[in-house]
Amino acid sequence: MTLFGDPAIWLPIVFAGLMGLSILIYVILDGFDLGVGVLFPMARENEKDIMIASIGPFWDANETWLVLAIGLLLVAFPTAHGAILTALYLPVAIMLIGLILRGVAFEFRVKAPEEWRRFWNRSFFVGSLMTTLSQGFMLGIYIMGLEYTATSVAFAVLTAACLTLAYAFIGSAWLIHKMADDFQRRAVRWAQRALVGVVVGLGAVSIVTPLVSARVAEKWFSFPELMLLAPLPLMCGALIVLLWMALRALPTPDDRWNWFPFAAAIVLFTLAFFGLAYSFYPYVVLDQLTIYEAASAPESLIIILFGALFVLPMILGYTVLAYTVFRGKAQALTYY
Amino acid sequence: MDTLLLSRIQFGANISFHILFPTITIALGWVLLFFKLRFNATGNMKWMDAYRFWVKVFALSFAMGVVSGITMSFQFGTNWPGFMETVGNVAGPLLAYEVLTAFFLEAVFLGIMLFGWNRVPGWLHTLATFLVAFGTTMSAFWIIVLNSWMHTPAGYEVIDGVVHATDWAAIIFNPSMPYRLTHMLLASGLTVAFLIAGLSAFRMLIGDRSEAVKNQLKVGAMMGALLIPVQILAGDMHGLNTLEHQPAKVAAMEGNWETDEGVPLLLFAIPDQEARENRMEIAIPYGASLILTHELDGEVPGLNDFVTEEGEILHPRVAPVFYGFRVMVGTGMAMLLLSWAAVAMMARKRTAEDGTRVCRGADGIGRPMLYAFVAMTFSGWLATLAGWYVTEIGRQPWLVQGVLQTKDAVAQVPSGMVLSTLIAYLAVYAVLTVTYVLVLFFLARRASKGERMRNFERPRSGAAVIPAE
Ligand code: HDD
Ligand code: HEM
Ligand code: HEM
Repeated sequence: MTLFGDPAIWLPIVFAGLMGLSILIYVILDGFDLGVGVLFPMARENEKDIMIASIGPFWDANETWLVLAIGLLLVAFPTAHGAILTALYLPVAIMLIGLILRGVAFEFRVKAPEEWRRFWNRSFFVGSLMTTLSQGFMLGIYIMGLEYTATSVAFAVLTAACLTLAYAFIGSAWLIHKMADDFQRRAVRWAQRALVGVVVGLGAVSIVTPLVSARVAEKWFSFPELMLLAPLPLMCGALIVLLWMALRALPTPDDRWNWFPFAAAIVLFTLAFFGLAYSFYPYVVLDQLTIYEAASAPESLIIILFGALFVLPMILGYTVLAYTVFRGKAQALTYY
Repeated sequence: MDTLLLSRIQFGANISFHILFPTITIALGWVLLFFKLRFNATGNMKWMDAYRFWVKVFALSFAMGVVSGITMSFQFGTNWPGFMETVGNVAGPLLAYEVLTAFFLEAVFLGIMLFGWNRVPGWLHTLATFLVAFGTTMSAFWIIVLNSWMHTPAGYEVIDGVVHATDWAAIIFNPSMPYRLTHMLLASGLTVAFLIAGLSAFRMLIGDRSEAVKNQLKVGAMMGALLIPVQILAGDMHGLNTLEHQPAKVAAMEGNWETDEGVPLLLFAIPDQEARENRMEIAIPYGASLILTHELDGEVPGLNDFVTEEGEILHPRVAPVFYGFRVMVGTGMAMLLLSWAAVAMMARKRTAEDGTRVCRGADGIGRPMLYAFVAMTFSGWLATLAGWYVTEIGRQPWLVQGVLQTKDAVAQVPSGMVLSTLIAYLAVYAVLTVTYVLVLFFLARRASKGERMRNFERPRSGAAVIPAE
């Protein structure tokens, strides 16, 4: 166990990294299918089925990354897990009910009698919206150090709106890739509008985080660290400009660039995520609890790490297989 | 009401709702694989019909299982933080392995299994079906390992009030795990057997006499008839194991107050915990001793042994354990009767047109028995829930037997907050359970009446179908 130095030091870092990775993958993957749910009412009646068909084979596996992330938090940092989840008790419950409502709607809207269909369509939209709003709200409260004050709640309401728009953005980017013709053109327009929300959100978080925490401000604006962080906002800015131009040009006549907004959205989410992770490290609860204080016993973490290193590549492998099988423009889904 | 009680009700409600659907998906996955392989082997459309119908039920049950399961995994943090803080070193790795080896497998291949039929080669589709079935079973394995460990902990030491793992083999193969896993997997098989038989009987009653439906009724009834004796045997062994490790639970299941020899088996009674006696006993003499020790005058533990000098009660509440056990065993007996009677009816011979003697098959089952099957459609759910209540309530006041009490694990969330989420969950669960049952019968009716309603036979279509690549 001493091969790489003291496991009590590096194990928490490794697990914080694994957890961060699965949160990031979750936000990207479930982000696009939640986004499609948020955009659902904007689609015309005859487009709704194909919209669902574009995410039907994926949503379940996408959600599993949330289970993994929460599982890693739970197993690697049990104290933080308790502290965070009890502080976020109500928004978590709202998110869970949202996830239930939208998850079952995939099935009920086509299997229940036709008269109920509008109800389940609405449940798909409302459930998705409840999920995105509560996740954004939790992000806000989390950044504010898990405290409920008038300012922190106001900020959380803002992040709730912005994260919803960010999901709508990556959702419409997915639709640009998966849809054709008129529907694709409208998806481009949705993406343009949602991009504005993304910019506001990124700005708000960047302004508020250093204000909440003197430590973060120090980390951001003191000298050598500044150089480390500086590329992040610059890259974000450049990417947003590029995206803006691309969205004005899309769809191209030969539809060659339909993947670009989605790819750019992934990069953007990743950059934003690294910004947050950089500011938070080494804390799991900002300025209160570090990953070292919260970690479980090394011998249990080693067991999990062993399994994770072995299984994660396999999971990535068959995830790629699934996306390959259902590549290309969305088609109606049938069971046979 | 206090936070502890509300949290217990909420957890109980959530897991009860969740377990309804895994119980179906675990075994139904294997049954679908069986249908598919039979179709591949025989080319007979009746197997294809069976696959097409039951894959829909599977998809629906799976979605319900997934969304309620996600709720479960958050419950530990929101309501029982003490659980992870105390036994996280054991529970954590087990839950992590469940996610890594089971959840991803089933979730990813589900897409290919459900929608990949005309997009991937046949073998890959069969493989996907297998992997989904395998994944659900793996997930049952890991979670049952954890749950059994909570009943019969092994392979650990306690340092500063926190459990540390010392021997993973002992943790995984803890004393009650083999019994509990076998009993649960069989429960799942029985639930599916009676679900298949019940919906098929319903379809026959509304006039569908197609080969495919009769075949499904036969599969369901035979599956039930095969599994139920094994389940009774497994249940008996499970009980003996519990007698060894959790005698207080067995005393409550038997409703036996005083440790004694030659204890009768109570068929019915009203246990009165205040008076510490039973009212209105109907009993078989020496029954309990015979079942639990396999000797007429064997000794059976009594509840009064689990009360301290100061009067502190260390055994679970008697009534729910006692009644729950009778509901489960009673349902098991009803399953035995019905499935064997049905097999006997199907095995009767008749003379075919060409003069040979052949079995009557599903035609041999008369209307009253069809109604009985419809009535028993969800009997598996009833027995499974009753069984889990026996097990879990029987473990109280412990959360982890001998290590952690339930009251020490609960979160200090204001009770009003727990109450509001509890009401919200209950409302959602009630609506969804009722809808689920209605939709199953609706799907059965539609499959039989052959209404090819627009949008239905090609689910989710509506936009132009672009040919597969
Ligand atoms: C004996 C079986 C069994 C039991 C006792 C439980 N589960 Fe379960 N669970 C399954 C068997 C299962 C399954 C068969 O694997 C499911 C049902 C349908 C499905 O998609 O997978 C599932 C789904 C499922 C999911 C969604 C997985 C996904 O995204 O694919 C989660 C997060 C959980 N469960 C978590 C739990 C927790 C925290 C439990 C206990 C407290 C629990 N389950 C009890
Ligand atoms: C799947 C079937 C299961 C059912 C139907 C079930 C049911 C229940 C019920 C009714 C209680 C309440 C007992 C009481 O407080 O009087 C309970 C307690 C508990 N069970 Fe289970 N359980 C199941 C499986 C599991 C599993 C697999 C785990 C853990 C891995 C688990 C963990 C717990 C915990 C943490 C409690 C304590 C909270 C409480 O008392 O309500 N259960 N369960
Ligand atoms: C008819 C004979 C049966 C007997 C003798 C029997 C015996 C038992 C016993 C003793 C337990 C408690 C285990 C403990 O102490 O923790 C139990 C639990 C359970 N039973 Fe049964 N059982 C029978 C039938 C059934 C049937 C028909 C089903 C479902 C279809 C079922 C499903 C369950 C489940 C899900 C549990 C909880 C999980 C577990 O502990 O394995 N049982 N059973």
